[in-house]
Amino acid sequence: MDQILGNISLLFEFPVVNLKIVIDGVMIGALFALAAYGLALVWGVMNVKNLAQGDFVIAGGYVAWYFSRHGMPPLFGVPLAFVVMWVIGWVVYKLVISRVIERDLFTSLLATFGLAIMMAQIMNLMFGSDTQSIQLKYDTLYFFDGFVDVPIAKLIGVTLASALAIGVILFMKKSRMGQAIRATAQDARAARILGIDTEKVYAFTFSLNAAICGAAGAIIVMVWVIQPFYGISYSIRAFVIVTAAGLGNLPGVIAAGLGIGAAEQYGAHIFGIGYQQAIAVLLLLLVLLYRLIQQRRVRQSLS
Amino acid sequence: MKKSIFYALLLAITLVAPFVFPDFRTQLATLWLMIVVAMTWDMTGGQMGYNSLGNIFFYGTGMYVAALISIGLVHDVGFYNNAARSELMTFTDAQYFTGAIVGIIGAGLFCAITAVVIGYLTFGLRGPYFAIGTLGVAIAAGELVANWDWVGGGQGIALPVYPGNLDVGKLFFYFLFAGTGVALFIFLKWLYTTRFGAAINAIRDDEEKAEAMGIHTLRYKLTTWAMAAFFVGVVGGISAFQLIHFEPLETAYQTINLGIFMVVCVLLGGKGTLWGPIIGAILFHVIKEVTWNYLLGWQWVALGALIVITVVYFQDGVMGWLMHKKPEWFGIRVERKEAPQ
Repeated sequence: MDQILGNISLLFEFPVVNLKIVIDGVMIGALFALAAYGLALVWGVMNVKNLAQGDFVIAGGYVAWYFSRHGMPPLFGVPLAFVVMWVIGWVVYKLVISRVIERDLFTSLLATFGLAIMMAQIMNLMFGSDTQSIQLKYDTLYFFDGFVDVPIAKLIGVTLASALAIGVILFMKKSRMGQAIRATAQDARAARILGIDTEKVYAFTFSLNAAICGAAGAIIVMVWVIQPFYGISYSIRAFVIVTAAGLGNLPGVIAAGLGIGAAEQYGAHIFGIGYQQAIAVLLLLLVLLYRLIQQRRVRQSLS
Repeated sequence: MKKSIFYALLLAITLVAPFVFPDFRTQLATLWLMIVVAMTWDMTGGQMGYNSLGNIFFYGTGMYVAALISIGLVHDVGFYNNAARSELMTFTDAQYFTGAIVGIIGAGLFCAITAVVIGYLTFGLRGPYFAIGTLGVAIAAGELVANWDWVGGGQGIALPVYPGNLDVGKLFFYFLFAGTGVALFIFLKWLYTTRFGAAINAIRDDEEKAEAMGIHTLRYKLTTWAMAAFFVGVVGGISAFQLIHFEPLETAYQTINLGIFMVVCVLLGGKGTLWGPIIGAILFHVIKEVTWNYLLGWQWVALGALIVITVVYFQDGVMGWLMHKKPEWFGIRVERKEAPQ
């Protein structure tokens, strides 16, 4: 308890510590937002809540890590993970997801939960349970007499994440396929009547989601660490972000992503690093509770 | 008449099984544990339509509450759990058994009360939000307990070993589990025939209409959830004494083991039926125990695959399949229309 109070008072005595926490949080939050955007995409288009989202992220990280160990420049890992995870996403869609789209929501939730367990265990068997990362040989920038340190590797990661996000947004807005995806999200039946092959759209959307997650994972492995069983916490964060922001609300997803990144860093600073996972889950519960109160208010105003 | 012979036979098997297979006593006890958690999951998931992924929360909480009560009756809890001092502290036979009985019942009651509190907060969530919310509760509880030093932190708690002959101890735990299971079965068999059972089925089929018909849905949901939590808490408490040592993340709040097993058991056997969870639990446990050692490290992958296959291809379960094949066994009459000439 004393330690917690001490940590809090530290924030007020040295305001520059806040800056460091917020910068760290925003950098990590950008990656959370990517995974969350993929989740919102799949959720909105085919109404499947993918609990294996975090495991796609980790799998992408392992793809990049594996090839960089065999002599590939680390930055190529991002497009490579994008392509590999695209293929894996397509296979997963054909084998599992396409068969649960029409069923009730708990079915898809449970099927993807089983998928998450499977993927985590396969990665555990293939790569071992140690934490892994790619060390980039770049300097670290220091500001405010060394209080705030910003590794250039992290800056590169954030830049890549932003570039990817912008690319995906432009694709969704401008391209023919992006329009078809948005049309299917609005009304799948009407889209079918107008000649859109929704089956193809579903397969494409799910593959795109897996690919986005894979690229995010390839960035994460450069700036952070990955481990086969970290997937579930990324899934939970993605759920927190999407639940807080709502579907189809892209600025909201980005803001919530950055926000949860910062909130987690604050929590880790105040309560200690051991509580990081617990904080992510508690944020989920808080967001769900907030939704609940909101809904109750709506119901009361209706009655 | 035929039915009572059938039930008497089952009861006889239950009583005789541990003596016929003395080497499998712990296995049989675990089988009863699976049956109990599957049946309790079906109370909310199958009969009431609220699919929870966090029922394991009550298992873990039951474990901790039972252990803490039985320790707290004799020793100072914080001191007992600190470092390896538990080795030095002893329990007399009388202390052990009173601690176990009071602890197990206390665990059930505590879980029932917690269920009402959590249920009050989460039952407004519908469908997948409820599943994710309850999963969140279970994961959060595990993480918080793992950081709480007073209850042993990540090390968990070491309870005293069963005093006396260990073979007798195995029997003791078998009959505790089996007794809970039989009591739960009788209770549910009665419950599903009452007005209460009809009301929770109505909630499953259409909650808005049920509410419009004058059913106070929240009250029914909380009661069902609390009853389920009571039994999960009780078996959790028994497990704590059976396992002797347990730790928070892998044993107590084992979200991806038992927490998901119980759902798979119910789906395998057939959701929303009295016998489905039991058949499913037996099938699942036997498949798991027979194949586990031959899979050479791929067990968990196979388990994930089993979940996916069950959910995607075989969701109606054994009972649903039987109901489809032999509807007359369930009192469903099928009118066969003659084809027009």
